[in-house]
Amino acid sequence: MLTLDRNLLHRFGLLLVILIVGLALSVSTDAFLSVANLTNVARQVSINGILAVGVTFVLLTAGVDLSLGSVVALSGVACATFAHPGEHTVFVPIAVGLLTGAACGLLNGVLVTRGGVAPFIVTLGMMTIARGLALIFSGGRPVADMSNEMTALAGDIWGIPIPVLCFAGVAIAAWFFLQNFRLGRHIYAVGGNENAARAAGVPVERVKLFAYGLCGLLTGLAGVVLAARITTGQPNAGQAYELDAIAAVVIGGTSLAGGVGTITGTLLGVLLIGVINNGLDLMGVSSYYQAVIKGVIIVGAVWLDRRQARS
Amino acid sequence: MLRALELRKDFGGLAVLQPTSVDFRPGEVHALMGENGAGKSTLMKVLAGLYRPDGGHVEWRGRHADFASPHDALVAGIAMIHQELMPIPDLTVAENITLGCEPCSSLGRIDRAAQLSQAQALLGELESDIDPARLMRTLTVAQTQVVEIAKALGRNADVILMDEPTAALSDQEVAALFRAIARLKARGVAIVYTTHKMDEVFRLADRISVLRDGSLVGTASASEMNPAKLITMMVGRELADIFPVRQPPTDEVLLEVSDLTREPAYRDVSLQIRRGEVVALAGLMGAGRTEVVSAIYGLQPASSGQISFNGRTLSILSPQDALAAGIGMVTEDRKGLGLIPALGVGQNITLTALRDLSSGPLLNHRAEAAAVNSRMTEFAVKASSRAQPIAQLSGGNQQKALLARCLLGNPDLIILDEPTRGIDIGAKAEIYALIQKLARAGKGILLVSSELPEVLSLAHRIVVLRRGSVSATLDATSTDQETLLRHAMPL
Repeated sequence: MLTLDRNLLHRFGLLLVILIVGLALSVSTDAFLSVANLTNVARQVSINGILAVGVTFVLLTAGVDLSLGSVVALSGVACATFAHPGEHTVFVPIAVGLLTGAACGLLNGVLVTRGGVAPFIVTLGMMTIARGLALIFSGGRPVADMSNEMTALAGDIWGIPIPVLCFAGVAIAAWFFLQNFRLGRHIYAVGGNENAARAAGVPVERVKLFAYGLCGLLTGLAGVVLAARITTGQPNAGQAYELDAIAAVVIGGTSLAGGVGTITGTLLGVLLIGVINNGLDLMGVSSYYQAVIKGVIIVGAVWLDRRQARS
Repeated sequence: MLRALELRKDFGGLAVLQPTSVDFRPGEVHALMGENGAGKSTLMKVLAGLYRPDGGHVEWRGRHADFASPHDALVAGIAMIHQELMPIPDLTVAENITLGCEPCSSLGRIDRAAQLSQAQALLGELESDIDPARLMRTLTVAQTQVVEIAKALGRNADVILMDEPTAALSDQEVAALFRAIARLKARGVAIVYTTHKMDEVFRLADRISVLRDGSLVGTASASEMNPAKLITMMVGRELADIFPVRQPPTDEVLLEVSDLTREPAYRDVSLQIRRGEVVALAGLMGAGRTEVVSAIYGLQPASSGQISFNGRTLSILSPQDALAAGIGMVTEDRKGLGLIPALGVGQNITLTALRDLSSGPLLNHRAEAAAVNSRMTEFAVKASSRAQPIAQLSGGNQQKALLARCLLGNPDLIILDEPTRGIDIGAKAEIYALIQKLARAGKGILLVSSELPEVLSLAHRIVVLRRGSVSATLDATSTDQETLLRHAMPL
């Protein structure tokens, strides 16, 4: 009961903060509380959201993935390369983007589990490798000339942006997975105490490999969605995306030490960062100040949370 | 000098310490006795500033004291030796002992020579020959415990709280500790002491306080007490003979280990377990007992030798292999290799047997809840609910939960490594009964224990290890402690 209560409290606390920020913005700006703007917020958070859900799995195993931003760029370039009009059906570039991300994630996972190299180092390496490959494959220039079917992926279905639907689908599937799959439980066990999990017969290496692979696959998805939105494969896209994603997950109550955290928390963390970004834009705050304010909020949110957890 | 006034502590709505008042006097050894979960460790941790009380307060030298952290308590003069060892593995012994009060030059540079000699002196106080320059991670559990004790002694505290300091120590080390305690007493230091070993209490304590289910049953001077009276106070009932009757084993061989070797830990170890048989692996600390059973369970495979199980030769390279074959184990290292601290008691219990509680890759939540509820009742695991994080339970309840985890998968062979370490008499009796029940059901049991009465009264046969080799295989019903020790001692 205790964990449940605390999680609930945590989620309500975060939800409350989001509502207060939203209320403040509704009062102080005319633009915030409109269907158009809220749809825009949802569209803006969807890429960070997909990344955050993916990296939640890795953080739960007490790992980390710093390569998200670079892999987004590499997947986007790979996707765009196969997305010229009249060459392939739209499924080919999508599959290429997803598989590129998954391959990077699996390689991270193999190096962490088989190679015994610390996740920080492995994914730091992947961060520069993937960025370099994106620049090599694209010749350093944006891969343009994208088919209409591909760019349509950034459009709407029934008035809802497709990226938002992707994010929602990914979040629901991830939530269901962690709650109901044996592998989901194993992820918590591995992050909580790796040696004890191994002694209890949990296939620790396979569990970690899965977490990194899934994170990579979702990073590939984020790359495809981003490419469709900006209608090019940008080798320089996605700079520092990993930081926003990890920040959202940590704000959502996931422990960097592993074993503790939920997808609902991650979802709320993503929303908080999104609403704040949007609000600062609407209020016309310069992007220099925005960076400072965002940093303060990230540290502040986690500090409040830990203080609450201790008492 | 130190006084607990109406102290109360709750965890997750469960009162683990009811309002309790005890006073501790200088130059006195005050033993806190009680079963697991009785509230001894909780009381100590409140006194040491590790927990904040939910009611009442601590009085220190006649003044109301409100320790916000162990550091506050330490500054005031209260040090604690924890039951769960907390070494920093990659620092040296000397660095661990002087942690937080390193001898420094005026510029704040650590004086290495002084650090080493301080550590040496403190270890000498405990008559230990551990080299203070060694890395902590190279030490055995017993040596780690000695270092933790030395660390507390080095704080020059006026009160030292000792939570089961002898759980992992050999008899020699215990004797040295007792001599050190006598010197501390003479200096006017107050000692608060918990243990599950009866003989220690009566050798050491001046006064004894008994806790049961979080309440103080009473405080009396040790001279007015005797073991029977003490046990009755602790358990709240008379305890019959705690060792149940052994049934003869079957003739069917379950496990056959031959020439198991991993230098330098053990070599040419051969043993046999039949269905319905309890075999004890005895030996001194460091004789290789844990290493041998770890190899059979796949935690650290042997480099050569053969294991055949149920008539088939097995290659066990991981716990997964062992579990798949039908070998389960409850490890000696509860914290390191047993618990997933943040997960609930229920999720800890089902971890090994999740496959049986799933349909395909999906968990069957209803079946899991049913399995957990029945096991928690059967093993009398005390928790506020099955979702309570297992880290919040007492050592005995954690151990019972881990036993439940091991047995949920219904293994044929059960390896129990020190299953009763740091556990109260009531829980011990439950575990003894369980072992015989499992044997009667045709399981094989491989028991590692440092407590000789346990080995002699539970096992059918005893395999004695001496420095990694089998020195004797004894019939438990016709041997005695002296014979056992003679085979266990190095020549």
